Amino acid sequence: MNVSTDFGVWVGALLTLFIFSFLYKDNPLYKLAEHLFVGVSAGYYIVLNYWTVIHANLVEPLAAAFGGHLSGGPFHAQQGDYRAFLVLPGLLGLLLFSRLFARAEWLSRWSLAVIIGVYAGLKTTGFAQGDLVAQVQASLQPLWIAGHFWASVNAILFTVGLLTSLLFFYYSREHKGVLGGVSRVGVWFLMISFGAGYGYTVMSRVSLLIGRFQYLIEDWLHLR
Amino acid sequence: MPIAVLEKLDRRWLFLVLGLLVLGPLLWPIGLPVVPSRPVIQFRDAIAAVPQGSTVLMSCDYDPASRPELVPMTVTALRQLWDRHCRVVVTVLWNGGPALVDQTIESVANEYRARGIRLVDGVDYVNLGYKSGNEAVMVLMGQGVKSTFPVDQHGRPTSSLPILREVRNYSSFALLVNISAGYPGTKEWEQQVNSRFHLPMVSGCTAVSAPEYYPYLQSGQLRGMLGGMAGAAEYEKLRGERGPATHGMDAQSLAHLFIAACIVLGNVVHWGRRRGARP
Repeated sequence: MNVSTDFGVWVGALLTLFIFSFLYKDNPLYKLAEHLFVGVSAGYYIVLNYWTVIHANLVEPLAAAFGGHLSGGPFHAQQGDYRAFLVLPGLLGLLLFSRLFARAEWLSRWSLAVIIGVYAGLKTTGFAQGDLVAQVQASLQPLWIAGHFWASVNAILFTVGLLTSLLFFYYSREHKGVLGGVSRVGVWFLMISFGAGYGYTVMSRVSLLIGRFQYLIEDWLHLR
Repeated sequence: MPIAVLEKLDRRWLFLVLGLLVLGPLLWPIGLPVVPSRPVIQFRDAIAAVPQGSTVLMSCDYDPASRPELVPMTVTALRQLWDRHCRVVVTVLWNGGPALVDQTIESVANEYRARGIRLVDGVDYVNLGYKSGNEAVMVLMGQGVKSTFPVDQHGRPTSSLPILREVRNYSSFALLVNISAGYPGTKEWEQQVNSRFHLPMVSGCTAVSAPEYYPYLQSGQLRGMLGGMAGAAEYEKLRGERGPATHGMDAQSLAHLFIAACIVLGNVVHWGRRRGARP
């Protein structure tokens, strides 16, 4: 057997086995791997976020703006090159930390107001265009398509599923009589969609297991 | 098997059987059939419909956690795009992803170089790397790709890269290929870019997020979709490749059969218990 001689691969393989050992029972090797993972992840993402977010988008451009090397001066801004104006978002970012001090906590609301305002605007227009209008438009389809029997069955099933599922979420009247029957059909459609979601979730989780086994077999043990 | 035995079965036996069912086919493949589904065929066809030599935007929004599902589809999509002589502009909206994506792009580019086909970083493809801001980045790219990404993953000014010389905004791209592990990903590209800038779009996503994106496929907002490892394997099959997703599908199928059997047995136990509890 031609086992890998790469130290990093050995570390990855052993930590994988340590994590798998939890399936038998909790043990110190699992705890070691778990704590390593939490610690390394936290450290890695703090450093990564500093260099990819704060340094790249704030520190570096501000240093360039005030370094005196850019033509037009620190306030000669244009799209993508905001120069010294980046002080403003930088200040809003710092204000978020005022939550750590009870007396100045209210200052963080200014930053939160900007964040919530921008994202509410982006999300609302995006949702309206991408989901609401387009999905309602796609839901309005002919129930009978001449010469396409199965497409017609599909369209009828789709429409029945849509209407009954929507009526299931109508709570202004007790679900009895016709509404009760219709919403019961809606529950069946919802159950089928939950089942499909569960199946896809299982596929995702098994894929992760396959990925780890492929790593052990191919990268560590070189069995394939 | 008596219900009493099933009731007291140690769940570690289930873990062991599942582990063996996954491990076995990876060591000794069975070769269960992989049949391409309609969304996968549509994905392949959408890329095939892109004019040769076009510039395509590919956003690889994932990190190493989704590697088994998403790297195989990234590899196959890159091969199809490069077989059509497309220029590929790659972005990453997950900050844990750029190194993995870079490694994946280079491994595929090296395959072509080994066959004597010249692929030059900055001319035929570029990895613009990570930019924080999620939806805000998507909207900004609509105003200017180079102003949103002043430098690429390797720190080169994007204004100096030949591949981006004629790229201004989304109108410069023939297609958006989004490989998505969650947020930000397909849903956000759909809402912010496809619906607003009308850039045709296909998606390859993790299986867990696939059900959420089917409505976009049904409405025609997505031109095609690859859902999880199965989608990646079907795509490999369509392209006549045998990649890691195809190798994993035997294990995937056996694991699914076993879990389905466990669900049936679990219900039998529950049913037996209810019958036993009746006076």
